[in-house]
Amino acid sequence: MTTQKALIPLPAPIARIATATGAAVALAGTFLPWTWTSEFPGDLTVTGYPGGLQILTLTAAILTLLFTLCGYGIRGLRWLTPGGTNSPVRLLALATLGTTGYTIGAIAYELGGVVNLEPGAWVSGIGALIAFLAALGLPSDEPLPADGPPANAWQRFRNSLAAPSVGRAKPLPGWGEILIITAAFAVALYVFTYCIDIPTEESEQFIGFLITAGFTFTALTRAGIIARITALTTKHRNVTLIAALVAAFCFPFTQDTAEFTLIGANILIFATVALGLNVVVGLAGLLDLGYVAFLGVGAYTAALVSGAPLSAIGVQFPFWAAVLTGAAVSLIFGVLIGAPTLRLRGDYLAIVTLGFGEIFRVTVNNLNGNSGPDLTNGSQGIPSIPDLNLFGIDFGLSHDIGPFTLSRPANYYLLLLVVTAVVVLVFRRSGDSRIGRAWVAIREDETAATAMGINAFRLKLLAFALGATLAGLAGTVQSHVSYTVTPEQYQFAGPVPPNSAFLLAAVILGGMGTLSGPFIGAALLYLIPAKLQFMQDYQLLLFGIALILLMRFRPEGLIADRRKQLEFHENDEPVLVPEPRQPEEADAGITKAGA
Amino acid sequence: MTTMTTTTNTTTTVLDASGVTMRFGGLTAVRNVDLTVNAGEIVGLIGPNGAGKTTFFNCLTGLYVPTEGKVSYKGTVLPPKPHLVTKAGIARTFQNIRLFANMTVLENVLVGRHTRTKEGLWSALLRLPGFTKAEQASHERAMELLEFIGLQDKADHLARNLPYGDQRKLEIARALASDPGLLLLDEPTAGMNPQETRVTEELIFAIRDQGIAVLVIEHDMRFIFNLSDRVACLVQGEKLVEGTAEVVQSDERVIAAYLGTPFEGAPGAEEVAEVEAAEAEAVASTGTSPKDTTTTEEEDTR
Repeated sequence: MTTQKALIPLPAPIARIATATGAAVALAGTFLPWTWTSEFPGDLTVTGYPGGLQILTLTAAILTLLFTLCGYGIRGLRWLTPGGTNSPVRLLALATLGTTGYTIGAIAYELGGVVNLEPGAWVSGIGALIAFLAALGLPSDEPLPADGPPANAWQRFRNSLAAPSVGRAKPLPGWGEILIITAAFAVALYVFTYCIDIPTEESEQFIGFLITAGFTFTALTRAGIIARITALTTKHRNVTLIAALVAAFCFPFTQDTAEFTLIGANILIFATVALGLNVVVGLAGLLDLGYVAFLGVGAYTAALVSGAPLSAIGVQFPFWAAVLTGAAVSLIFGVLIGAPTLRLRGDYLAIVTLGFGEIFRVTVNNLNGNSGPDLTNGSQGIPSIPDLNLFGIDFGLSHDIGPFTLSRPANYYLLLLVVTAVVVLVFRRSGDSRIGRAWVAIREDETAATAMGINAFRLKLLAFALGATLAGLAGTVQSHVSYTVTPEQYQFAGPVPPNSAFLLAAVILGGMGTLSGPFIGAALLYLIPAKLQFMQDYQLLLFGIALILLMRFRPEGLIADRRKQLEFHENDEPVLVPEPRQPEEADAGITKAGA
Repeated sequence: MTTMTTTTNTTTTVLDASGVTMRFGGLTAVRNVDLTVNAGEIVGLIGPNGAGKTTFFNCLTGLYVPTEGKVSYKGTVLPPKPHLVTKAGIARTFQNIRLFANMTVLENVLVGRHTRTKEGLWSALLRLPGFTKAEQASHERAMELLEFIGLQDKADHLARNLPYGDQRKLEIARALASDPGLLLLDEPTAGMNPQETRVTEELIFAIRDQGIAVLVIEHDMRFIFNLSDRVACLVQGEKLVEGTAEVVQSDERVIAAYLGTPFEGAPGAEEVAEVEAAEAEAVASTGTSPKDTTTTEEEDTR
């Protein structure tokens, strides 16, 4: 343990005891009432039974206490902190303070004054404050840079949140590692379910959740647990995939009402399409700003052959045939649009695809029988698309399976899960092959790739067409989930995801070229607008600000591709072997450190 | 300077470029250049900066379509598409290293295998029986090549993180992965120190010994004359002379192209005397170091 001068001059043992005490006080406070009236969402009036935002404070305080105890080097707890020891404590104390502080502020603001606070809120608030201040007194995990001017308070604060990178883990028995992966996904499912089940009108709780989750996730990253789990999931990729699929499969069984399952189904559509876009953008590096058009092509095709009363064709294909038709029509459109545009590079391609995306919407709007032939029913769209009936199961009805009830959205959710699994499989297998390597090579350097014998145009067209097909596939199910297809669902940017801008944002937010990135990006981008409805009017503005901040602070996305991680953060890493001859190659030695 | 190459007397022509001309608008970058490379031969291509060497290379590999002339490989005329040229059997490296920086060393070489493998998207998606076998074979071949250039221990490193010399070597391995009959190297030793240059030289001999003909662009004269069976000199887009190292080295036009011609009617001896006198004067009068004056004088006479 390095003994660095802490931000607040306290002897380390005292700081540690004070942090633990503060966290314990904050924890105890959550069992007391925080306000007198149950008007504030979540009912914070009950003694001995934390509810709503109190649970978040409770969780953060327990974690703070746990990680503070890790600082004592207690046997059996060390696996929690393979990376930093004190920086996670600081971040978790910050999570406690942030959540508690936010709650106190929200109560005071909504109920009209500080008088509405009961002692419990003060106990927790003061406890969290003590914990945070004392945590600042803990020594840093990382030494301050020795050279350069003495660091100011802000730099020292940032440094105190840094942590050393994690070394290689001791190998566990295979079943143990699989157990850890399973547990990690169980926790992830629990957190996701908790998050999605926050009542839509209780946006306070959702904001509190974002604060707690954000700081806790950062703390776990600093502690090195995330790195450990990532290492395990990379080692057992198939197990991880199955675990993820099982966790996703369990989700509808945790839901009593259809409302939140529908959100889950919509997230799944969004994520699946984003993953399809990731083939085009993440692997082949083709910036496609009109991708949602292919989702629209699939959805419209499925709607036309679904037997909907207003469909211009008026045929009813069986579902499998509708899926194949939708995917095939999307594929054709992908090739038709890709063939002329893919000769362009970079910005030009982006502009042309943006144009084609809008052309789709405008065309569909005009094929209404007035401005053009009647095919799509114009801006009215094709309504009342009948529910699917597969294997004798009517997807429109609720079904009871044992103690669980599967509502209509749940049926579609499970069907979508199959589509998602197909897309995941396609993404993984194509990425991990000769074709996928050629895509990445084209992304890296098209000229060099052609000089290596890669037919760049053909492979780019393949990526484009494959992406279109996957989107079309998702679109065929989407049309049934949403009853209606209208042109306004498939625009460049709009309030409801998926649209082209949000799809691209989900890919970039999650992490380009990664499998899990689009899922996390899509979940966040769908849930945040859905749960924070009071800021609906400013949604696009906030979305833009969030993207700018992301590009500034974490350009590689939340889930970093190993390559991107090195690309963007090589200057932060210590240079082990400087190469004086080639200044621009000075990162020669960091492979080990960053890998 | 000794030539340690052994001339193999095979008559099969690997590369036959005849009358290659490349014009960019009014500028003729390459004018009517003929060049042949025979099997098992190392041919050097030299010339001052801007002579059109790299343009000529680009014409050979299909990156540029030559305005006039044709390039044939083992008797068949090459199509003007880079990937088809590579498929036909000509691989190249670039003057400024163009590795796939964010791919691993192994992946870079595997990309080079692209033309020699056929597994398409369906094969990858359905993992058809041939897929795993082909991937395995590609991996084995790639590791073999990495061993050949001595980078087998760095297979999992990102290409961008390799030291400069290794990046150059990796580019050669990536080119070799396409099983070429002719390897085009564009300044393979640029920026290398003498030891690294010597290692590269041995590497190129080893490649030649595998039966691959090599065409090298280089500025390092010692390196190129040591290496090549034949050297061609390109000046202002035209081929001045072609022949063995001795012939090219002693050719006056080549020397003139690199060093310039002496002044008309100013014999060397007189000039030297003049310079020495001026130097002596400078030392005597100002007492400053004569070195600066000498260098400027020398540069003037160049």
